[in-house]
Amino acid sequence: MQHSIGAHVSDHDHGHVDHEGLKVLGFWIFLVTDCLLFATLFATYAVLHSHTNGGFTGKDFDVPGFIIETFVLLISSFTSGLAVLQMHKGNKKGLIGWLVITLLLGATFVGMEIHEFASMAAEGATLSKSAFLTSFFTLVGTHGLHVTFGIFWMIGLIFQVSRKGITSVTTRKISIISLYWHFLDAVWIFIFTVVYLMGVM
Amino acid sequence: MNTSHFFVTGDPMIYGADVSIVLVTIAIIFYLSYFKKWGWLWREWITTVDHKRIGIMYLLASLLMLFRGGVDAILMRLQLAVPNSHFLASEHYNEIFTTHGTIMILFMAMPFMFALFNMVVPLQIGARDVAYPFLNAVSFWLFFIGAMLFNISFVIGGSASAGWLSYPPLSESQFSPGPGQNFWIWGIQISGIGSLATGINFIVTILKMRTPSMRLRDMPLFTWSVLSSSIAILGAFPILTVSLVMLTIDRLFGGHFFTMDGGGNPMMWVNLIWMWGHPEVYIVVLPAFGVFSEVVANFSKKRIFGYGSMVFSMIAISVVSYFTWVHHFFTMGAGADVNIVFAICTMIIAIPTGVKIFNWIFTMYRGRITVTQPLLWFYAFVPTFLVGGATGVMLAAAPADYQYHNSYFLIAHFHQVLIGGVVFGYLAGLYYWWPKLFGFKLNERLGKWAFWLWQIGFYVCFMPQYALGFMGMTRRIYTYNATMGWDMGWAPLNFISTVGAFLMGIGFIFQAWQIIYSIKHGERDVTGDAWDGRTLEWSIPSPPPVYNFAILPDVKGRDSWWYQKQEMKNGTYQEQPVKYEPIHMPKNSGIPFIMSGFWFVAGFGFTFEWMWMGVVGLIGVVLTLFARSFQYDTDYYISVEEIERTEKALAQKRYASVQRTAN
Repeated sequence: MQHSIGAHVSDHDHGHVDHEGLKVLGFWIFLVTDCLLFATLFATYAVLHSHTNGGFTGKDFDVPGFIIETFVLLISSFTSGLAVLQMHKGNKKGLIGWLVITLLLGATFVGMEIHEFASMAAEGATLSKSAFLTSFFTLVGTHGLHVTFGIFWMIGLIFQVSRKGITSVTTRKISIISLYWHFLDAVWIFIFTVVYLMGVM
Repeated sequence: MNTSHFFVTGDPMIYGADVSIVLVTIAIIFYLSYFKKWGWLWREWITTVDHKRIGIMYLLASLLMLFRGGVDAILMRLQLAVPNSHFLASEHYNEIFTTHGTIMILFMAMPFMFALFNMVVPLQIGARDVAYPFLNAVSFWLFFIGAMLFNISFVIGGSASAGWLSYPPLSESQFSPGPGQNFWIWGIQISGIGSLATGINFIVTILKMRTPSMRLRDMPLFTWSVLSSSIAILGAFPILTVSLVMLTIDRLFGGHFFTMDGGGNPMMWVNLIWMWGHPEVYIVVLPAFGVFSEVVANFSKKRIFGYGSMVFSMIAISVVSYFTWVHHFFTMGAGADVNIVFAICTMIIAIPTGVKIFNWIFTMYRGRITVTQPLLWFYAFVPTFLVGGATGVMLAAAPADYQYHNSYFLIAHFHQVLIGGVVFGYLAGLYYWWPKLFGFKLNERLGKWAFWLWQIGFYVCFMPQYALGFMGMTRRIYTYNATMGWDMGWAPLNFISTVGAFLMGIGFIFQAWQIIYSIKHGERDVTGDAWDGRTLEWSIPSPPPVYNFAILPDVKGRDSWWYQKQEMKNGTYQEQPVKYEPIHMPKNSGIPFIMSGFWFVAGFGFTFEWMWMGVVGLIGVVLTLFARSFQYDTDYYISVEEIERTEKALAQKRYASVQRTAN
């Protein structure tokens, strides 16, 4: 398969470092730091979740809304996995197709989240209403920003794959964004449990 | 927000700074234009991804920041020298102690440390560069732009004045309106992202880029110290990033994380910032321990004593450092059970640190010791750090801490460990590795003057402060009246302390002079092995060629270069046939610099709460990331002919100067 760019890496590689593998490792370590970033936000939320200042509380979340959001994101994680499978088969069209579906699902998720935030704000539940809401919007919003960034990143990679094909470099890039996407899914599971389920319970 | 005071006015010192900034800028522009150096600056330095050059840039920037932070220190000491002093306005004094602390830790210690990382680690492990050279350049420029953003607050907008860790509610917009506090947030935020990236970079570099024959247990101890420090960075810096974001949300969008109203909790900030802040002091001191391990072994002509326990104690320090943060605020009143846990963890850290000191001393025992500049700083370190550690254990005793808390006793303690540990350590590293990076040694006579001025100055400055703490003088005090000054004895001790600060300042001037003098007259080193070293960095020419190692070195255990030299001397060394291969290298890139420029725009915009400007800056950052993602032509090969040419030229240079000295 991959021959255009990555070819020179494999030819004379005695004692040289596998640069693509190195980048994937670095990204894993970056995810550790991102994990800690979210952990800090979760801890803050845990401290402040009862400081509602007489306003919006966890009981007021829109239950069907966040359940649909969750399913949309979980399915997008699955489709990003399918994209990687297509990549390993060398199927460029399949790869791009599943990536497009993934990012559409991601965009749906972000759209629903924006809608949720906007309707909360319309009810007067804004970020500056209480410490609970500040920590809620920051935690969930940081996740939403991650997803948004991932969507733009994925669009960029789709262009690159369509131009360069499946090479060792694009393989590495797709592997990394798929890691990122699954990671966001895992973080969302925690948000779903800690923020929404424990909130409405 | 009121931006009518865009330029800081009113203080003659600030006008002086304005004038000197303008003059220096004009001088630099004139110099670069007249000597047609712009292209050179761009090609050789701004776009470089070479770890050695990035290290040198870190070094220059950190020395500059040491000067700036030092001037702050001297201004503070002048203000406190006599009772009822109004040398500085009270608000100006608050700004100066805030910027002094912030600059010394984040813009002096951190970049000095990264300078040593970059200058030494790849050379010690037989690598041609770090794992991610492009990211390394990004890290440097983020640090640099963060530092510049923080420093312009001196003349534009005004500086932060809520202390170096900016506790809320004082740092909230209600009590600290205006751009000063935002400068603090964004300066640290931008450079902090760079620090995090450096941490990741060096972990992967050390784990994956070692020359294939080097096992983990063959690594020099400085490299181990960098690894343990980088692991601590990985754990600590995300917390800083989040804390700063939360304070921004409070200040810019009316959030309630740390406010007094709306359910906010100011003590949460204090917890979060120290969860970063305490590991941070270990982050900066661990590499200093690494430097001493190299220096002591080298100048005792012995293997380091207790290598395994050295490694273990460094890792132990970096782990336990996460369980001590509450000792910064025992007085919060978390209760005896919480305080006792953190008190004990704090005291436990003294054990691995003590182990290291014993190991260094045992390394020297029966060694063939040569007293050189690096070793001098080690000699100074031992008693200084020991006393600093002992006063630290005093502070760690929670009930007693209620007495010393936020007094000058604390100030004396942490300066003793940070100057005695970190600064002395980094200076030892600077003197030790200077000939490797520049090819000449720093003048010994001037260095000794600097050394003694620093030492005497240090003790004259900080010993009185322990006493002042016991006498009830609290930190951040602006001035004190004559009753306290003369009847209670504060004034003489404060005056002595100020004299000490000046002595250290003169010591620094000697070091600046030493560097300038040595550029012309320093003892040239042509061997590449200026100190008869033990580790790999001394096996290649000084300064090293761009690819460091023409052939990846074959390591047969610890201190491999030393044993290879022994074999060469007694003739048992078997020369391997030289067969060069093309070397894979990263291409220079202007993107890190441009990206940092956009970060500056973003940071400046958010600082003045001009949202449009902040957003434009962030969009620029994302676009540069995209531009990089679409770049596929990012590296090149150095051909075998070019390596041969370079190596031949280096060998000739060495031969020629050996001839010259022989004649």
